Amino acid sequence: MNNFTVVLKRELASYFATPLAYVFIVIFLMLTGVFTFFLGGFFENGQADLWAFFNFHPWLYLFLVPALSMRLWSEERKSGTIELLMTLPISLRDMVVGKFLAAWLFTGIALLLTFPLWMTVNYLGDPDNGAIMAGYLGSWMMSGAFLAIGSCISAATKNQVIAFILTAVVCFLFVMSGFNLVQEWFTGWALDWVVDAIAALSFLTHFNAIAKGVLDLRDVLYFMVIIIGWLVATAIVLDMKKAD
Amino acid sequence: MITVDNLTKRFGPFTAVDSLSFTVKPGEVLGFLGPNGAGKSTTMKMITGFLAPTSGQVTVYGHNTLDDSLKAREIMGYLPEGAPSYGDMTPLKFLRFIGEVRGFRGAELTRRVQSVVDALQLESVLNQTIETLSKGFKRRVGLAQAIIHDPKVLVLDEPTDGLDPNQKHEVRKLIQNLSKDKIVIVSTHILEEVTAVCTRAMIIAGGKLLVDDTPQALEARSRFHGAIRLELTHAEGALQQLQVLDGVKSVESSENGLSLTVFPEAGVSLFLSINDLLQKNNWEVHEFHVERGKLDDVFRTITREGEVNE
Repeated sequence: MNNFTVVLKRELASYFATPLAYVFIVIFLMLTGVFTFFLGGFFENGQADLWAFFNFHPWLYLFLVPALSMRLWSEERKSGTIELLMTLPISLRDMVVGKFLAAWLFTGIALLLTFPLWMTVNYLGDPDNGAIMAGYLGSWMMSGAFLAIGSCISAATKNQVIAFILTAVVCFLFVMSGFNLVQEWFTGWALDWVVDAIAALSFLTHFNAIAKGVLDLRDVLYFMVIIIGWLVATAIVLDMKKAD
Repeated sequence: MITVDNLTKRFGPFTAVDSLSFTVKPGEVLGFLGPNGAGKSTTMKMITGFLAPTSGQVTVYGHNTLDDSLKAREIMGYLPEGAPSYGDMTPLKFLRFIGEVRGFRGAELTRRVQSVVDALQLESVLNQTIETLSKGFKRRVGLAQAIIHDPKVLVLDEPTDGLDPNQKHEVRKLIQNLSKDKIVIVSTHILEEVTAVCTRAMIIAGGKLLVDDTPQALEARSRFHGAIRLELTHAEGALQQLQVLDGVKSVESSENGLSLTVFPEAGVSLFLSINDLLQKNNWEVHEFHVERGKLDDVFRTITREGEVNE
């Protein structure tokens, strides 16, 4: 067991040491229920799939994930424990990855706890379970991308509220850039490749593909690149402004 | 061995630490003294590798704190200012976490944690979250995490701040017991602490090193060093006779003349001659006291001079 797992273990345990974990999970489960059955029209669709469930995940993550990521580094700064952590023999990479993975595993746990939906849809019909698996994977990958953005912004400030708002805004931009409205606004006057690039940058474009059950390696790769990129940025931000 | 070489730290236009150079050898307990904002904490942050110096460098047993930071951090224990720790953890979990980071596992980890828990008397609060603990306990948890791996170098930023007199005494005893073959760097603005635990004292003000000496030598700089304080029941003629005594530089007396402080010429001991004088005149003495020197007096003089020179 190296230091990165020690950090991960401490971090994950700290979620459950406070009410944070339970509040988050309960709210997440309630909201997925509301979105799926009322807004998504799960029953009215008459189809044995979880499209109605996954469809709302980007919007759900938009305000739930920043609430999780805002404390990653801001809290360490605020309480001064960053000085303790950074003078322990743990490499910056182990700290950044350890903390991020703890948060990511946590969203994974919350996501897995939606299994009754999966059971329901299997009870009611005969869904394509491969597609559902892909949906879960895509949703989890997307939550990782949200978290990595949040990690970087949290590293830059000791104010958790600022971290929350900025993360939500940046994530919103990443989601919106694939939205039809935005796309239409650009088409016509911007060059085609610019429009394509903006769409390609969007979480929605990549997530929708996976959520429909099309597990393209490029979409998975996209989320991995986003995650790694923002984690590298986190390390750079931390290294540049440790003390203030 | 720690080598600090031309260490400078600037925050914008403000120079917090100004070309500081010194070395510390094993067995030394170095006390950093200085007014608030003197650069003590900033210096400690650079020694422990938390802050990167603007220029200059620190090497700890041959490991540069910038290029070889992990190695340097492994052999150091650090109590940051204010003893920060994870409030939602219990001392037991927190110390086990630090122990794991320090590379201990299984029975060895349990033994290490137990030994610091005993040393700092944390048994009674082990399973309470740290945020609910008193300031004194928090400080002791911070000290416990700093010494859990028996580090060669111990850097303590105001270790006794917020402790009651008994706890202060315990912590000082702990530092004294630790320091046989280690390097200990302590910052404080409690001057008695320096005489109690340090083998070497450095006074820093405005980021500059003003004095680097033993606490005893510092005391000797005081004008009170070797002075004799007397409380008499009758004062007739005492002042005059003391003033003409060999080796006496000056005598200060209280308003009623019963309380006298006799200052010697440099290097002269007045104990015997004053004792003789007292017996010869048969004066009744309430109090007879040889001053060792007042550190806060020295501290004020030196730090004020430092300000004037700027």
